[in-house]
Amino acid sequence: MIYVQAVLLGVPMTVLITVLAFAVGAVLGVPLALARRSPLGPLRWGARFVIDVLRGIPPVVFLFVIYFGVGTGVIKLSSLQAAVIGLGLIAAGYLAEIYRGGLLAVHKGQFESAAALGMDSWTSMSRIIGPQAFRVALPSATTYAIGLLKDSSIASTITATEILYRATASSRGHGAGLEPFLIAAVVYIALGAPLAWLSRTMDARMRARVAR
Amino acid sequence: MNEDTLLGGWLEWLPSLLDGLWLSVRVAGASLIIGIPLGLALALLMSAKHKWVRVLAIIVVEVGRGTPALVMLQIVYFGLPSAGLTVGSFVAAVVALALTTGAYTSEILRAGLQAVPHGEVEAASALAMNNRDTLRFIVIPQGVRIAIPALLGFAILILQATALTFTIALPELLSRSYSIGSNTFRYLDVLLLAGLLYLIITLPAGWLTTWTERRMARHL
Repeated sequence: MIYVQAVLLGVPMTVLITVLAFAVGAVLGVPLALARRSPLGPLRWGARFVIDVLRGIPPVVFLFVIYFGVGTGVIKLSSLQAAVIGLGLIAAGYLAEIYRGGLLAVHKGQFESAAALGMDSWTSMSRIIGPQAFRVALPSATTYAIGLLKDSSIASTITATEILYRATASSRGHGAGLEPFLIAAVVYIALGAPLAWLSRTMDARMRARVAR
Repeated sequence: MNEDTLLGGWLEWLPSLLDGLWLSVRVAGASLIIGIPLGLALALLMSAKHKWVRVLAIIVVEVGRGTPALVMLQIVYFGLPSAGLTVGSFVAAVVALALTTGAYTSEILRAGLQAVPHGEVEAASALAMNNRDTLRFIVIPQGVRIAIPALLGFAILILQATALTFTIALPELLSRSYSIGSNTFRYLDVLLLAGLLYLIITLPAGWLTTWTERRMARHL
């Protein structure tokens, strides 16, 4: 049990990476999702390509490219910066698709009514379409956040001092073997549980409200 | 060609990286072959008659899904020896990723089984089929078919997860790229090639997933 404290020391870094990467993804996902539905062909294909590439390369490879590739040759990045940039870009790819799903769920009549009232596309998107799409996308986005929390463990490979890094250090340094990793698993499950509960509750509420 | 240029380097490294990619594909394949039947078993246990069987299955699934694949790898790699089993990196990688696969695909398969119309089960009981035969010949074949697009999507994620096995010294694609990087100090060049090689598999697999989704949507 003496390793519990050591592993818990990593919690703030795990939470920090997860929250910042999610924020980066949530913001960058918006233009990607909108470009994905653009009437301009090249913009649409470009966005699709970017999303496919972001989702097609293993996250750990992304982190290595940024930390070892860009970080040693071009600009020096801390492991936190590299993790947030890498996981944030990947999150943008996944969240763009989640937003797109939300936009697709908004009834076509809503777009037409907004246009009939003389709203320009910005007003229509920010006042009418966006809020409805956001509500639909929220449960999936929360589920993605749980995945991101677990993926943040990958940042240990670029020496970010989060949960798994602390567990590995305890295991190697004290010859403790298995125990710190079991503790790490329990901590990840405990951190993910409230998010899972939130996702389920929001999903149930959404279904009740949208049910027609 | 001069091996100091980007393309020259890529040509020189390609054979080694392709060997690594082949190992990644084998790890992913073995994990799926073991993990998906495990997922089916868990999906069936989650709807078992006995309450404690259901509860146990749900706990196994939630623990499996809540633990990051990278942590699962370390647990298996360090855990099996302390249980008296000494295994190589390949076996440890497959066991860990198969457990993760089992936990995730159980939810996918459960959704597939639930999507089989109830009339099918009623028709089977009208034909005097017992529960076991109904599951075996009616519900499971249709439920698994419904789950195929989601299973394909998951298979892409497992191939990506094989990159994590470099932490247990498996000489797959990422591990080979990293050691070339540290020998030549050309991390960016070699890691970009590694990314491209992953994309060569994941992009077409992603298109295939979309295609099966559309086909399935038309047939339901």
